Amino acid sequence: MIALIPLFPLIGFLINGIIYLVSASRSLGAHEHAGAGHHEHHASATVPGVIATVAIFAAFVVSALTFFDLRGMPEASRFVEQNLFTWIKAGDFSVDLAFRIDSLSTLFTLVITGVGTLIHVYSIGYMGHDATPGKFFAYLNLFCFAMLVLVMGSSLPIVFFGWEGVGLCSYLLIGYWYTDIEKAKAGKKAFVVNRIGDLGFLLGMFLIFTTFGTLEFTALREVVEKMGPSLSAGVLTSIALFLFIGCTGKSAQIPLFIWLPDAMAGPTPVSALIHAATMVTSGIYMLTRLSFLVELSPVAMMVIAVTGGLTAFFAATIAVTQTDIKKILAYSTVSQLGYMFLACGVGAFSAGVFHVITHAFFKALLFLGAGSVIHGMHEEQDILKMGGLKSKMPQTYFIFLVGWLAICGVPPFSGFFSKDEILWMTFSSAHGSVLLWALAAATAVMTAFYMTRLFSLTFLGKPRFDEKKVHVHESPMAMIAPLMTLALLSAVGGFMGIPHLNWIEHWLSPIVGHHAESSTSPALEWVLMAVSVAGAGAGIFLGLRFYKDLSFSAQLKARWTGVHKLLTNKWYVDEAYEAVFVTPLHGLAKGLWSKFDVAVIDRIVVGFGYFSDWSGQALRVFQTGSLQFYALVLLFGVVCSVGYLIYGLV
Amino acid sequence: MDWFNQHLLTCLVFVPLVWGLVSLAFPAQGEGARKLFFAWALVGSVIAFAISLVLLNQYDPHGAEFQFVEKAPWIVNLGIHYQLGLDGLSLWLVMLTTFLMPIVILASLLAVEEKFKGYFFLLLFLESGMLGAFVVTDIFLFYVFWEAMLIPMYFLIGVWGGKQRIYAAMKFFLYTMVGSLLMLVAIFYLSYQHKVQFGAFSTDILSLYKVQIPFAGFSSPQALLFLAFALAFAIKVPLFPLHTWLPDAHVQAPTSGSVILAGVLLKMGGYGFMRFAFPLFPQAVAYFQVTFLTLGSIAIIYGAFVAMVQPDIKKLVAYSSVSHMGYVIIGLFSLNAVGVTGAYYQMLNHGISTGGLFLLVGMIYERRHTREISDFGGITKVMPVFAVAFMIITLSSIALPGTNGFIGEFMILLGTWKANKAAAVVSGFGVIFGAIYMLWMFQRVMFGKVTHEANRHLKDLSIREMAVLAPLIVAVFAMGIFPMYFFNKLEPSIDRFIQRSAGAITFSSDVR
Repeated sequence: MIALIPLFPLIGFLINGIIYLVSASRSLGAHEHAGAGHHEHHASATVPGVIATVAIFAAFVVSALTFFDLRGMPEASRFVEQNLFTWIKAGDFSVDLAFRIDSLSTLFTLVITGVGTLIHVYSIGYMGHDATPGKFFAYLNLFCFAMLVLVMGSSLPIVFFGWEGVGLCSYLLIGYWYTDIEKAKAGKKAFVVNRIGDLGFLLGMFLIFTTFGTLEFTALREVVEKMGPSLSAGVLTSIALFLFIGCTGKSAQIPLFIWLPDAMAGPTPVSALIHAATMVTSGIYMLTRLSFLVELSPVAMMVIAVTGGLTAFFAATIAVTQTDIKKILAYSTVSQLGYMFLACGVGAFSAGVFHVITHAFFKALLFLGAGSVIHGMHEEQDILKMGGLKSKMPQTYFIFLVGWLAICGVPPFSGFFSKDEILWMTFSSAHGSVLLWALAAATAVMTAFYMTRLFSLTFLGKPRFDEKKVHVHESPMAMIAPLMTLALLSAVGGFMGIPHLNWIEHWLSPIVGHHAESSTSPALEWVLMAVSVAGAGAGIFLGLRFYKDLSFSAQLKARWTGVHKLLTNKWYVDEAYEAVFVTPLHGLAKGLWSKFDVAVIDRIVVGFGYFSDWSGQALRVFQTGSLQFYALVLLFGVVCSVGYLIYGLV
Repeated sequence: MDWFNQHLLTCLVFVPLVWGLVSLAFPAQGEGARKLFFAWALVGSVIAFAISLVLLNQYDPHGAEFQFVEKAPWIVNLGIHYQLGLDGLSLWLVMLTTFLMPIVILASLLAVEEKFKGYFFLLLFLESGMLGAFVVTDIFLFYVFWEAMLIPMYFLIGVWGGKQRIYAAMKFFLYTMVGSLLMLVAIFYLSYQHKVQFGAFSTDILSLYKVQIPFAGFSSPQALLFLAFALAFAIKVPLFPLHTWLPDAHVQAPTSGSVILAGVLLKMGGYGFMRFAFPLFPQAVAYFQVTFLTLGSIAIIYGAFVAMVQPDIKKLVAYSSVSHMGYVIIGLFSLNAVGVTGAYYQMLNHGISTGGLFLLVGMIYERRHTREISDFGGITKVMPVFAVAFMIITLSSIALPGTNGFIGEFMILLGTWKANKAAAVVSGFGVIFGAIYMLWMFQRVMFGKVTHEANRHLKDLSIREMAVLAPLIVAVFAMGIFPMYFFNKLEPSIDRFIQRSAGAITFSSDVR
């Protein structure tokens, strides 16, 4: 039955896809008959939107039923499996197309289908004026299908199937408005950068297979536990790091994070669903799924933690100076993903997953809220040109308020609990360290600061746009209703992980194991919690002070020109990659073609040049069509050589 | 009916040729000539496809050896027989050929402007040549078909090709001839060795497998014979650095020529390795394994790099073939079941995806009479259905899971990893570069605004063109999701192939 979960969105995709194809071919036909110039054909978003929403909602229902089934099962055997057929088998290698839902994947399916449904509903409103809503909803459903396959696959190749599938949908949806070539480029960049990571995933898979002989999770776990101590540290570290390279691609970590900010070229619901709530968390999912393997390599754990911590910090610095509302949220996503990897790296996998869930709520909320703002502001995305929207978009304001408090880590909103759990584990776990904690805490302050900046410049103060020209309007109910739901979840979602009562940690313990209660004193935990709340408070306070209007920030900018330039230009990472990789490779390719392929190889080959010229002339005679003659000559030649060879040899 | 059932393979091979010969008697002039020869050829190719379906249906999936065997004496003194047989290795390549031919012919309705009779006749002639090469079990007969294929291809390029067709046709012809002459010498040496060891000449493949050829390093007979065969097949594949005939041949050939060339003729090289070079010279294969893994890896990366900077779409696709066929080589030389099965599958995939790409390029060429990437841009807007088809085939080419391409590349890389990790890592980068050159080309042709006035009113696909592409698209997904349907009939033959070819190597990785 669990195969229905990915199947429903797949069916939705097929229906919408076929409708789109038929209408595309028809409308062009009609256009030809009319012989008129171009006139945009506006299809209604309602029909494809409803089809797609029903599909994903049906998947949500099955996911929820499965979740309740799992709750009724004993911990040791808490999973449901469905094996469809053998996908690939050759020699000693075999993969089944099989799905498996256990306590880890059920959380992900709930988030994907749940948040997914809300975003589908929202999209019906948001994409109302789009030219090809059928295509959009088809892609959206296809994405959900691939994402569900990713989290439900019972073996690494099936996960990889979904992994590349979501990459494809991301590509298609980022470049959805393809007539803008920059958007198309952003889509391609996302795909290519992801592919770099995917190579790491592939090699990791190969190494796992040659080391353990299986890619199926259950069997792999058994083998690993059996072989445990006898395994070489080098191989284990290589496996973990190969897989982690895959994660840095999909989950936008250093050094492969560069695609995610550009991915904001896609429609805003896409940013919310794919580039905040679901796809980018795939890396966390995979590390958690393979935690039994990854944990065996302390080196890899350290690399993951440090990469996560640095990414969190680094992305936050960039977010501070960006002015595009979606770009800020994008860097904030990179930063929050860094937190999640930090959690994995210090061995707190369940805290990482906890943050995946709360982040899905509040970041989807923030993105969709931003979408509502952009919609209401008639496609304006620059926060410097906003301001004072509180009174004009009261519902959006309220919704955004909740999201803002959640991401800043203000108790009791959801972000507080999950972020605090990560900070605490970074400090106290055996893999953690004070340095990493300090990095994460500093990031928390910055997060509160830049989010406050965003919030203040958008909603508070006086409008910085011409109110006569821009008629701001509140968004339709189809957009507000899902936002309300997400706001509720962002507000209370944290209670599933209250310290010491931690439901989520217990729930995930069959996958990631129980954490031994830390020996550090509970008092210390309270102190650190107070520190993190104070940090959030400080960030918010500073943000509100600095960005009451733009005058103070202008002074800052003037004094710190160099730093400001470095940050607005995102540390020049894109430029550096361009100079170090793209340009030289392109030059090399050009050189290989003109200087080697054509100039060297071909010249050697056509060292037969004279012969070729001569025979070209000679053979032109035969082009009159005298095939039979030619065939005869060939046969004659063959017979002669035969005779010569045989009798020469004998 | 009985005769038909006992001579299925003969019928398969000669029906297209005979069908084509009949058409030579039709009047070549007049209004209806184009449609007449088109329809006639289409029917002929469909009949061949129907026969191949009968074969597929009757094929015993458990058999590793030749089925539907036919044998008749030909040049008895030299041990040459007219003998045909079908095993798993031939089966799917036969199916690929008969599957692609009706598609190619259907796509050719408007491809040429003159000499319809000769054009469609040559296509059918070519089909017979290719099918013959795949089903013969006599190595001399194989050589005859191998050479016979050259003739129609030469003329297809030379007569119906582009501006530099003569140069391209000659290059194609010379390259192939040079390779196959050494092979012919090797064939007779083998036949002679059979006489020495067993008392009579023979060119029967199964008999030749038993011939012992001494091996002692590079200059020993076995190594030299292997190289003689390998040269012929490597040129055909084509393997770096013997690939430079391919871009010219493709760019100059008419669409049908390109599709068949990429779809089937290149596979003749891979098939030759599997049928002859490997099982005949197992020790030499082991000896040269690393060399060929290296060349294959270079081909993958090199082909991708050069494809990246091509200004002409067709040339880009041609170089992508070099890259894709490099995978076939490393898969074969991995010498384990996963890699070899993947390599074989990759040959089929490449036939579908690259064949599809050439058809798509042909379709926009027929509309715009240019293949320069810079002459396009924003085509999605005017040809949305074409865009979808193009996207799907592109995804197949870059081996996205769910498409056929993934199965092949994944298995090849896994198999290569087991044999040689360095080769797998280097080749793995082809996965990245493949995405770069294909998607960059796609972006420049399909996305952005329509910048050229001439592109503003291009017509989207006609029903006929959709019918051309639809079977390929179905194949892309069917082969990507249900590869076991294909593997089941392939497995015993692959196992037998590995037994024969890898005898000289101890397979630590497979045995474990």
